[in-house]
Amino acid sequence: MELLIKNGYVFDPLNGINGEKMDIAIKDGKIVENVNESHAKIIDASGMTVMPGGVDIHSHIAGGKVNAGRLLRPEDHFKDVEPKTQITRSGVGYSIPSTFTTGYRYARMGWTTVMDPAMPPLEAKHTHEELSDIPLIDKASYPLLGDWWFVLEYLRDGNIEECARHVAWMIKTTKGYAIKLVNPGGLEAWGFGRNVKSIDDPVPNFGVTPREIMRGLCKVNKLLHLPHPIHVHTNNLGVPGNYQTTLDTMECVKDLAEEDKPAMHITHVQFCAFKGEDWRSLQSGAEDIAKYINVHNHITIDMGQVVFTDTTTMTADGPFQFTLFMLSGNKWVNHDVETETSSGIVPFHYRPKNTVHATQWSIGLELALLIKDPWKVMMTTDHPNAGPFIAYPQIITWLMSRKARELTMKKISPKARSRSLLPSIDRELSLYEIAIVTRAAQAKVLGLKDKGHLGVGADADIAIYNLNPETLNPSRDYASIQKAFQRAAYTIKSGELVVKDGEVLTHKYGSTLWVNVELCEPCEIEVDKDMQRRFKEYWTVEYENYPVTDHYLRASHPITVKADV
Amino acid sequence: MIRICPLREFKVPVFAECISPDVFQGKSLKEIMQLEVWEGNTKRPLGELFKIEESAEASEEKFTILIEGDVSRVKMIGKGMSDGEIIIKGNVGMHLGEEMKGGKITVYGNVDRWAGSMMKGGTIMIHGNVGDFLGAPYRGQGRGITGGTIIVHGDAGREAGAYMHKGLIKIYGNADQFVGYSMHGGTIYVQKNCRENAAACMIDGTLIIGGNIESILPSFTIEGVKKKVKIDENEVVAAPFYLFLGDLAENGKGKLYVSKESNPQLKYYEKFL
Repeated sequence: MELLIKNGYVFDPLNGINGEKMDIAIKDGKIVENVNESHAKIIDASGMTVMPGGVDIHSHIAGGKVNAGRLLRPEDHFKDVEPKTQITRSGVGYSIPSTFTTGYRYARMGWTTVMDPAMPPLEAKHTHEELSDIPLIDKASYPLLGDWWFVLEYLRDGNIEECARHVAWMIKTTKGYAIKLVNPGGLEAWGFGRNVKSIDDPVPNFGVTPREIMRGLCKVNKLLHLPHPIHVHTNNLGVPGNYQTTLDTMECVKDLAEEDKPAMHITHVQFCAFKGEDWRSLQSGAEDIAKYINVHNHITIDMGQVVFTDTTTMTADGPFQFTLFMLSGNKWVNHDVETETSSGIVPFHYRPKNTVHATQWSIGLELALLIKDPWKVMMTTDHPNAGPFIAYPQIITWLMSRKARELTMKKISPKARSRSLLPSIDRELSLYEIAIVTRAAQAKVLGLKDKGHLGVGADADIAIYNLNPETLNPSRDYASIQKAFQRAAYTIKSGELVVKDGEVLTHKYGSTLWVNVELCEPCEIEVDKDMQRRFKEYWTVEYENYPVTDHYLRASHPITVKADV
Repeated sequence: MIRICPLREFKVPVFAECISPDVFQGKSLKEIMQLEVWEGNTKRPLGELFKIEESAEASEEKFTILIEGDVSRVKMIGKGMSDGEIIIKGNVGMHLGEEMKGGKITVYGNVDRWAGSMMKGGTIMIHGNVGDFLGAPYRGQGRGITGGTIIVHGDAGREAGAYMHKGLIKIYGNADQFVGYSMHGGTIYVQKNCRENAAACMIDGTLIIGGNIESILPSFTIEGVKKKVKIDENEVVAAPFYLFLGDLAENGKGKLYVSKESNPQLKYYEKFL
């Protein structure tokens, strides 16, 4: 099938194209030099903005935790119902939508690739079953490896290579994409009702520190040549004064960076940029973090922007969820995943009149606006922790328009307003920069070579928005920007038109990306034997039942890398 | 006044949230007949299911809807109403007066489950029995009644007044298990007997049991014996009551009054006073 998108204003930051009027040709799901106009289906994009399909680096859309959240919150479903249509399936849910609805809503906004950031390896099968059921988008998942006993043991003994082999086995077995660390060391400590307080606080029973875990897994990541750097949710998340921990975390892997690749991606930094002694004196630490990131190149971050709404928080960070439960008095799920990780879920309502919540809202935007290089800071809400992903269009308006920010500022708590740095920030992001923070930078740091850009050979995942950059004044026309991003004029997935004017045209499935790490052959057999031997002691399931086999993936898309071990 | 009678017996549930003074007011009879309701999986105009007529009564102060006949399969009558009155002569289905903000609903018959669910204001008067979850919120939600009054002259089912935050519920009959479950405020009065687990997980508020209850949850502590208890401005029960505080398992400070006369089995609590 051939497609030709004519006369659109193209924003393709990875190829340096900034609003040029040009045609994009598509053949067999890929972008090509040109197609025969008489055969191709033509999409007239004159007066519209053409961007690569959106990429979301961090969004909890599938897995045991998400599903437990669904069970916990019937009240989240009954007010947001999508009836079935001739084409689409029915679904429910606002902050934790069901699988079909998740896919449709992303595609309607022009997003085509989404990463689920927290998969307990034991629940990998469940995660992949759900991922396979999400239509219209490509997806992947990061296994949680920062508190796995084997990792802790090998890192305590300083055996990086053996650690790397076992991590490789786990990524391959669970069909994961990257190494995820959540409160490294803290989750293991939570198993004993404790937590770690700094990156040098030893983990009970193992003696290894979070610093050693992060540095160790960073080295492992390098040995395995994984496409994405380690994906870190810091220690002390959601604790006032934690910006110092975040700075320590960034500093601790400084010497491990390679020139062209960041050593670490720190996620939802809004939650770990708190200054102040306690909740009363909470202030933004965004300035200090932005200062650090502005002069260092080994870190990328994403925002975790708070949206004022009723949402559901869910992380693998058990101790943090316990703190939230004590703060809110709301429902709470607490879970321990054997030798691997923990998790927790608490529904949460962010209110503009609450000083803490309003300060959090401000921190997210301050980070995005104070960090000068948009390639280093990506737009997320840590869906659904700080807000559901359907709030992205609104966040785009806050980033693009000072006036839109001021409008929200008027509604927030006066105390938070007086502490906020936002009134002193004039910066407004351009459409080009929005294309970076919502797709290009995310694809780049994920190492997705065929996504996030519109060069020849890239996957034909394209979003077209009804925005004319010639006539648009973003700082004033924020309402039309929000409307345009809520309902993409066209979304094209793998060369096929899937959304037109915000309506889903077809129910088809994207593929699941995973990293196939190839170890040297004797190592591969050896590590497999070792795992087989140790399974009886460490897990409640059998070795044979553990791996995610190919039939769990509706459309498997392995990315093969050759490891150095 | 608008008079409504069902034209036939309903075999499947009818979702008729449009039967509300807020919706009817300002509409002609023809427009009311055209309002859409779901009968099972089919959308139908209201006029196809009900006989609707207008009878002008000059003395009438408020907009009134009179329903005559069995509407026990009709759900969500008076949902979200803020003014006016609904009078029902017959049995009514689930979710009567859900999220209502004002006005009055009077029922001469029995009411199914979830009556007055999440109500914010107004009055529901029921001259009959009522099903489970009276005034309780939708499953998962933490806020039940936040205002208004419900008066039941018959018996109530399980979990009456669950998650209540404010307002008043009076039950002049018996109540089933878990009355006042996880109450956060407001007052519930049960004139007759209660089944077990009354006031479980209570945080705050007042629950008064005028009849017998087999046992009090162990997480309640006795505070004293009161000579009389005031329920609201118009009603005071002048009989001795045990006062318990709890639920201590939830750090609660709710008040649970239990009639002394009807509960001789609770006498051993007195030695702790």
